[in-house]
Amino acid sequence: MAPFTDHSSLYRIPHPLPLDSGQMLEDAEIAFCTYGTLAPDKSNAVLVCHALTGDQYVASEHPITGKPGWWERMVGPGKPIDTDRFFVICANVIGSCMGSTGPASIASDGAPYAMRFPVITIRDMVRGLVALLDGLEIAELHAVVGGSMGGMQALSLAANWPERAARVLVIASTARHSAQNIAFHEVGRQAIMADPAWADGNYYAEKARPDNGLAVARMAAHITYLSEAGLTEKFGRRLQDRDAKSFGFDADFQVESYLRYQGSGFTRRFDANSYLYITRAMDYFDIAEEHGGKLANAFARAQARFCIVSFDTDWLYPTAESRHIVHALNAAGAKVSFVELSAAHGHDSFLLEHEQLDRVVEGFLA
Amino acid sequence: MSLTTQLRPDLAVIAAHVAPASRVLDIGCGDGSLMEVLETGKDCDARGLELDGALVERCVARGLSVVQGDANVDLADYPDKAFDYAILSQTLQTATRPDLMLDELLRVGRRAFVSFPNFAHWRTRAALMFGGRMPVTRALPVSWYETENIHHVTVEDFRDLAQMKGAKIERAWFFAHEMQISDFGANWRAEFAVFELSR
Repeated sequence: MAPFTDHSSLYRIPHPLPLDSGQMLEDAEIAFCTYGTLAPDKSNAVLVCHALTGDQYVASEHPITGKPGWWERMVGPGKPIDTDRFFVICANVIGSCMGSTGPASIASDGAPYAMRFPVITIRDMVRGLVALLDGLEIAELHAVVGGSMGGMQALSLAANWPERAARVLVIASTARHSAQNIAFHEVGRQAIMADPAWADGNYYAEKARPDNGLAVARMAAHITYLSEAGLTEKFGRRLQDRDAKSFGFDADFQVESYLRYQGSGFTRRFDANSYLYITRAMDYFDIAEEHGGKLANAFARAQARFCIVSFDTDWLYPTAESRHIVHALNAAGAKVSFVELSAAHGHDSFLLEHEQLDRVVEGFLA
Repeated sequence: MSLTTQLRPDLAVIAAHVAPASRVLDIGCGDGSLMEVLETGKDCDARGLELDGALVERCVARGLSVVQGDANVDLADYPDKAFDYAILSQTLQTATRPDLMLDELLRVGRRAFVSFPNFAHWRTRAALMFGGRMPVTRALPVSWYETENIHHVTVEDFRDLAQMKGAKIERAWFFAHEMQISDFGANWRAEFAVFELSR
């Protein structure tokens, strides 16, 4: 990865990070961005947690793609997560590849970890985030906010470090990965590992990278982020730059061309091994399992206010998963709000224009 | 309490009789007006359940804890006696099974407040008797084919149901023309009724 020349900062965790696997991660570093000003009493910090392929550039230009931050419509001055009011922190999770320690990082022997990187969990990612909060001397967040895998981190923080956040906002997420979720991730992992250039993960010194496998993984995953109606509306059966079918295997259809573009664009900014590790962490995610098999137990010590949001067309983490969380929070006596929003575009709706979502986020953080 | 005076009369009487610092579940909480009064004026811990997503959104924006859901099925998610009060205002007559909903109310709450339009009010009776058509009155302004009120109920019907369910009527309040009236001839005179129950 190229050295960063943007405003991302690096925090070295001053102690070994204990992991759920029983291993220790030594000398771990967390890359993070902040926006706004931390109040003298440190009461206005909002931690935004990113999704599977997200990063710390929530509201600033991505250093590789040059694209705007991934949630710039939500985070910024006068936005629902208002950086004129809040000190917003967004950190790259461990296991990822945008500056935080992950499989592409150099291990103590001078070579990249590659597959020697320990298998991590969502809770391990949150351990890294809590270490960063310790480093920033922030005892209690005004709020922790996340969509998709970010929502899992928010829930994990609430369950395991209940004193660290006063508000917990979970959007389009789940308390456990379903068989279907695991199945789609396995397709992606197998695509990567079937790519000869993957070379058991030892490709960092090679010219060829497992871009083909990673692109296929991204294509398969991308379908799960959309809705059938959304795909039909956007592409239908329209052909790509041609008047007739080619009777071949070019990208005849617009939707094929779109997916290929998504896949190849993704390989420019993401590391294949990170994709393996992070999808594994998501598949292992089951908060109830961490707490004696009962989700309500996970929130027994919760004092925070919770807000859970789902989208009616999200079939990756459907509304039933959010209701499952709400049920457990109610059983635990936690203060919880829940709303299912209507949106055309499936799981990805949380990243797109949605006025109702804006009002819910703004109102809940107020 | 200026907030209370802006409440609908049945909600105002409920707000006035909820003990301070109680845990309250407002079922069909609408835009959260009652919850807000209970939280700010009475230091209550109020939770809401509301079917309409747009109303839930307004509640969340007001800082209230409201879950979008259907009282006909989602009350089952709440533990026994999780609340000091369960409140069901102007919703009983819209329930799929009002009798089962009353059971759920008395299961999740130590006490329950229930308010409903009284179908035996003299105007309703007169409309049916002399008009020969389903009444459209001030209290029941929607035509039979589009009303949400699928289980019309009278004051006497409700007393019977409460008795059948082994619920004790702690107190009752009756309203006509937005004013509280005495309980004399309430089944004729009351447009709306509010009951406080325990079991």
